[in-house]
Amino acid sequence: MTRTVVHDESRASADGPRGAPPVTVVVNGELRTLAAGTTLADLLRAHDLDPRLVVVERNRTILRDRSAYSTLTLEEGDALELVHFVGGG
Amino acid sequence: MSAVSAPTIPHPAAAAAGAAESPDAPFTVGGRAFRSRLMVGTGKYASNEQMVRAIEASGAEVVTVAVRRVNLDRTREEGILYHLDPTRWFLLANTAGCYTADEAVRYARLGREAGFNDFVKLEVIADQETLLPDPAGTIEATRVLAAEGFVVMAYTNDDLITALRLEDAGAAAVMPLAAPIGSGLGLVNPYAVRTIKHRLAVPVVVDAGLGTASDAALAMEQGVDAVLLNTALSSAREPARMALAMRHAVEAGRLAYLAGRMPKREVAIASSPTSGLLG
Repeated sequence: MTRTVVHDESRASADGPRGAPPVTVVVNGELRTLAAGTTLADLLRAHDLDPRLVVVERNRTILRDRSAYSTLTLEEGDALELVHFVGGG
Repeated sequence: MSAVSAPTIPHPAAAAAGAAESPDAPFTVGGRAFRSRLMVGTGKYASNEQMVRAIEASGAEVVTVAVRRVNLDRTREEGILYHLDPTRWFLLANTAGCYTADEAVRYARLGREAGFNDFVKLEVIADQETLLPDPAGTIEATRVLAAEGFVVMAYTNDDLITALRLEDAGAAAVMPLAAPIGSGLGLVNPYAVRTIKHRLAVPVVVDAGLGTASDAALAMEQGVDAVLLNTALSSAREPARMALAMRHAVEAGRLAYLAGRMPKREVAIASSPTSGLLG
């Protein structure tokens, strides 16, 4: 299933190359099409996620530095896992 | 009327009262000391409010949580940290749902990255029907995680040899089951758990399978350091009331263990004097 994340176009054109084709990434197992130049911080914001309460794994590597989320541009084929704590025993 | 009270003469029995009570040592694991010997899970409650009330009633300091994908179509309140104050309770991330050592290591690393502590409740499950643990996978994951500095609390079956291997692999605590997860069958093999406790230097925590207060007391009477339970509370008709019962049961079982029970006999011995009876 492919979805297009609601995205702030003005921000994307400021951050990314104008007119660049969108990128397709996998977020929590689902294909998503994002505007070129979308950062990880943009993605979390689009889903109303608090970066302090989410752990992000990108291509099997945990992104430990939350301050780098705003400069991390998502690339074609990236596989992201966004996880958090839920109830469990 | 005078405010000065009459001098009180202590009752001769009063001096003796309390003399036999020495405080119990705290439950210590991975360099952290806990007053409560009851740890509780956060799964399967009817509501978050019910969960918080039960946890409060239990007096537990350690609460377990699971690592799962964020549901991107969720309502905001799905994450447990919106309901559970991480400064009030010690969050113990588990690796529930993992069937290989590699998966469990991955989940443990994600849980640690949430930023609360280096503890992990390690579960490597082998069988979907019984949810019984995979000893080889659990030992392997324990070795990897302990080398990475994790405080590994390893869920395992009640087999002594597996428990010894987990200790050798670097587990900070070994957590034998009372019975299968969520079964509520109670402590099916007290002997096995007692034997594990006798032989291990690291803390032993009975985890999974306890159903009611007497189960928790029986587990603690084996001398184990703590118990961990979830479904016994979340599936009770009144979770908060059962949590209070469990709290008392754990304390009672611990006290009974420390007190040292009387030996069992097959014949009666009179409690009252056999001399001084009327002629």
